Amino acid sequence: MFRLIFKQLKKKEWLGMLAVVALICGQVYLELLIPDYMSEITTLVQSEVSVLSGILIAGAKMLVCAIVSTILASITGYIIARISASVSMRLRSEIFNKVQSFSTNEIKKFSTASLITRSTNDITQIQNFFVMGLSALIRAPIMAVWAIVKISGKSYQWSIATLVAVLVLFVAVITITTFVIPKFRKMQTLTDNLNNITRENLVGLKVVRAYNAENYQENKFRKANDELTKTNMTANRVLSVLSPLMNVVMNGLPLAIYWIGAYLINSAGVVDKLTIFSDMVVFSSYAIQIVMSFVMLVMVFIMLPRASVSARRISEVLNTNSSIVSGSGVVVNEKDKGTVEFKSVSFKYPDADEYVLENVNFKVKKGETIAFIGSTGSGKSTLINLVPRFYDVTEGEVLVDGKDVRDFDLTDLRDRIGYVSQRAVLFSGSVLSNVAFGGGEVKPDEESVEKAIDISQSAEFVSKMEFGLNAHISQGGKNVSGGQKQRLTIARAIAKKPEILIFDDSFSALDYKTDKTLRSELKSELGDTTLLIVAQRIGTIKDADQIMVLDEGKVVGLGTHESLLKTCNVYREIARSQLSEEELNASKK
Amino acid sequence: MPARNRDFSKPKNFKASIKKLLSSLKPYTFIIIISIILIILSTVCTLIGPNRLSEVTNVIEEGLSVNLDLTREQYNTLLSDKQLTIETEQGNFVLDYEDYSDEITSNDEITITFTTSNNNQNVEISASEKLDIIKENGYVNFDNRNLGISYQNDTLSIWLNTESRVDIEKIFRICITLVILYIVAYFANFFQGFIMATVNQRVSQNLRGAISNKINRIPLKYFDTTSYGDVLSRITNDVDTIGQTLNNSISTIIGAGALFIGSLIMMFVTNWIMALSGIVATLIGFILMNVIIKKSQKYFIMQQNVLGQANGYVEEAYSGQEIIKAYNAEDEVQTEFEKINQKLYVSGWKSQFFSGLMQPLMSFIGNFGYVVVCVVGAVLVHYGYINFSVIIAIMIYIRLFTQPLSQLAQGVTNLQSTAAASEWVFEFLEVEELSNEDNLNKKVENVKGNVEFKHVHFGYNPDKIIINDFSATIKSGEKVAIVGPTGAGKTTLVNLLMKFYDINSGDILIDGVSIKEMKREDVHDLFGMVLQDTWLFNGTVKENIRYNKQDVTDEQIVEACKVAGIDHFIRTLPNGYDTILDDNTNISAGQKQLLTIARAMVENAPMLILDEATSSVDTRTEILIQQAMDKLTENRTSFVIAHRLSTIKNADLILVLKDGDIVEQGNHEQLLSKGGFYADLYNSQFEEV
Repeated sequence: MFRLIFKQLKKKEWLGMLAVVALICGQVYLELLIPDYMSEITTLVQSEVSVLSGILIAGAKMLVCAIVSTILASITGYIIARISASVSMRLRSEIFNKVQSFSTNEIKKFSTASLITRSTNDITQIQNFFVMGLSALIRAPIMAVWAIVKISGKSYQWSIATLVAVLVLFVAVITITTFVIPKFRKMQTLTDNLNNITRENLVGLKVVRAYNAENYQENKFRKANDELTKTNMTANRVLSVLSPLMNVVMNGLPLAIYWIGAYLINSAGVVDKLTIFSDMVVFSSYAIQIVMSFVMLVMVFIMLPRASVSARRISEVLNTNSSIVSGSGVVVNEKDKGTVEFKSVSFKYPDADEYVLENVNFKVKKGETIAFIGSTGSGKSTLINLVPRFYDVTEGEVLVDGKDVRDFDLTDLRDRIGYVSQRAVLFSGSVLSNVAFGGGEVKPDEESVEKAIDISQSAEFVSKMEFGLNAHISQGGKNVSGGQKQRLTIARAIAKKPEILIFDDSFSALDYKTDKTLRSELKSELGDTTLLIVAQRIGTIKDADQIMVLDEGKVVGLGTHESLLKTCNVYREIARSQLSEEELNASKK
Repeated sequence: MPARNRDFSKPKNFKASIKKLLSSLKPYTFIIIISIILIILSTVCTLIGPNRLSEVTNVIEEGLSVNLDLTREQYNTLLSDKQLTIETEQGNFVLDYEDYSDEITSNDEITITFTTSNNNQNVEISASEKLDIIKENGYVNFDNRNLGISYQNDTLSIWLNTESRVDIEKIFRICITLVILYIVAYFANFFQGFIMATVNQRVSQNLRGAISNKINRIPLKYFDTTSYGDVLSRITNDVDTIGQTLNNSISTIIGAGALFIGSLIMMFVTNWIMALSGIVATLIGFILMNVIIKKSQKYFIMQQNVLGQANGYVEEAYSGQEIIKAYNAEDEVQTEFEKINQKLYVSGWKSQFFSGLMQPLMSFIGNFGYVVVCVVGAVLVHYGYINFSVIIAIMIYIRLFTQPLSQLAQGVTNLQSTAAASEWVFEFLEVEELSNEDNLNKKVENVKGNVEFKHVHFGYNPDKIIINDFSATIKSGEKVAIVGPTGAGKTTLVNLLMKFYDINSGDILIDGVSIKEMKREDVHDLFGMVLQDTWLFNGTVKENIRYNKQDVTDEQIVEACKVAGIDHFIRTLPNGYDTILDDNTNISAGQKQLLTIARAMVENAPMLILDEATSSVDTRTEILIQQAMDKLTENRTSFVIAHRLSTIKNADLILVLKDGDIVEQGNHEQLLSKGGFYADLYNSQFEEV
């Protein structure tokens, strides 16, 4: 973990870290000086010949020490806060950048949820550890060693007492945490379980009531609740040993030192008695410092595993490289523009045994439409994901504009393609910022945005929104309906005026009528654009130039609606499930 | 996170929510009282401790600073002959008056200043060498008493040296008392913690249980406006917050309060001047700290906000990552992220810096208080008002006094979050429950399945009527389809039939009995239900199908699955019917739907409701489900809501709903030939572009 943090440090920050070490040394020095003055004051007050001015001077010195050490601590805090914040800023930016560069493959491997946690919580973990742990990690050993040096040679009996105190705390903390930490981990799973059961009940509320199964659910919940409570209780009960123990040690150590001191003083020579007495007062305050340092170290070591897990998770992301690498760039023949061709394409996910697609061949020319149909899991989405290179083929090649997609510069390739995903994704911002999204150099102007909104049948509802084009879109597009969201994502794809438009089942949230108008608009306005459409509804695709029927990754039919009805069994089945015999016959005419 | 705007730290009504929370503690009153007694006991022990410890110091002190109990005359006699004989192991030294000067102070102390400059030729060894020997081990013999000598800073002090000893026995007694005190405090503390941990967990457990039970006792209506996330968050986050903070705040506030008051009393009892000066010093420190806390608060809130922003942005960018790439928007997004990141950096280091100031500041306050107490104490000692042990005691009390101050502040903050959390919990627990139906005893015996809607009026909001004067008569065994555009009120009708919602006016009769006069569960028993959202829970296939019909045999389950056409699939699962269904099970939407159909078959209710049961599956799977459903609906009165009109063509009666009214009814052929709304709806799916 430290490697991850240290790698992030710049030269200036290394100097800052050195300064922190120096500052902490100074702080420790001053803090340990304070008991000296304390003892001086003690002695002065003690010796019956004390002079008031002496006490005042020692007091002033002690106060100065305290002030300076507070100032040093503040500066240390400042430097550490700055460094930790900038380290985490850089980590955050680096990980964000990395994730942006990932292909769908890597995203799937980590899962989006996990990547989000890694970029947010895990970094916060590291930052917290940096601030709290690192200074403690520097400070505690310095403090402990220095304090030990200061009291060494005073009296070994006292040292033994201190050692015992440290050991007792050490053993107690370690035993308790080794017992409790697994419990806490288990608690997490049990809480998840409880959550699941509640969610289950909430989501299935109607079913639960329809089946009069309230008691069934409650019993289930009770079991989970009892189990969680039991684990919780054990952990917390065990944990309640710790704090009183710390108290006892903190109170007991001075007592032990004084008690031992009494014997020491008694057996000492007359002259040494007063020295031992003032030593005793000093020792007890140093001893507390030492014990505290050790406790702090233990705490750091308890924090450490959590932070290092986070660090490992971050490193994992940073050390993963995108499996999709940009090609060196191509020059496209004018006559091949707008074509898409699959040549014996097969695909399987990495680590998978089964092919998702097997030996797919087709070619569409500029301005033509090809549609893909098949049941869930037949590989339609996977197929079109190969075009913008979300994945790369396992065998064969995918050609766009007559060139292998892997030879294109990625940006160039994606500028040629308008892609509309199955799940409508909008970003917080405005309608305009969403439709004129990205594009780098070919950013759509407002005119093409308006036209795209027209074509996508969004004009009506956009004009009704407050501020029209500049209307606010909230995170994930929660303030527009599913159908509206889908239309805006279609507008986004049209606005960039691509050579090739890909619709991945993008019409499902539209009602039949809108679907129909939209398609006729597309046809009349974007006649030169090649369309790749994945659809469920026969109605959506039956006028496509080519229809490819997929079943479990294999091509079982390729042709027009009419020819497929005659030749392809699967297609006929699908059609029959949606249309009546009469309609089938009608469309045959 | 639930999408609700809430301030976690500030409850709306602090008192009321704490009161409610306290009432949930009622069953534990006795044991909480014990715990409070234990807290006070341990506080008393903590308070007595310093007093006893200062006694130890006193005794030790007595042992080493034995006063010279000589009278002034005796001093004078001792020093009168201007010669002091000091005996050492090396022999006796006689110090002439020239070698020292003496001074007897008003306090009957004797100070002898030793002059080393004198070099007496008659003495065999030099004065400085003599001095070393005296320092090592010298004593003065006077009146058959040994007077010890100590030498520091050119000052020779003479002490009575009658084998002066620390009173070990007294020390032993005090120390043993202290050990016992500490042990008592330890156990009091431990048992207190143990008890509170227990009470806490029990309260949390009860609250969780109460929320879970509540979920099934409130009208469905409530969930129209409340998200599941909200309820979930109450059951976990809020109850957890209560659990964590309640423990802390109760024991902290009582413990710290007792400590605070106790140490205050003890300080004033010990010495009021020092108590006052110590308190003033501490208060100055705390005022300073408060200023910083106020200042830093702003950055903490900012940090929280920006962190939320960053998380939101990351979530959005990651889940839309494919789109960002497809549109080459990486740079745009990265730039936007850097803006938030930069803000996060600023608020991050500022809030961290300020929170980092607290600790050094606390220790400064401690040191400052110490110095003030020492100086004031020294002055008082100097003038003989007090002795040293008072300073030690006050020093410890000052520490005990500052500790609870910050703890009290923490405790109050905690209590506020407790109150805020319990407000959310109790708000949910106080939601009006479904009406009590114990007095409704009508039941339908030997169900035939005649259903009659009579002038039904209903709106989820009283001012927004959705179902307007709906009447229909369904005969036993008919298959009734309800169709219409989204928002026409199809699902609402089913909700009314199931008595999930109560109708505003009109009536629904089943075999002539009004559902108003039946218990909800008796109505539910009449219907089997298959919904669009397939609902399966974590559990085995068998458990999912049997659900709460405990008397269903395994054979019946297998039989139902065979009829539903899912038996073969189940047998391909790793453990067959005992396979546990969870997120990792590879099972398609269609297969899930077939399982819920099997569940409805097993339930074997006299009537059936199918609400969009096939909308989420592809059309080929739909055929399979359709076949299964047709078997299910045989001889049963059934209500089918469908989006795809192809699925309901064979219905006996089709009710076409539009804006809560039946606009057409009849069978498929009748309605088509009518060429009305239904025909439009039906034909629109096949029209050519």
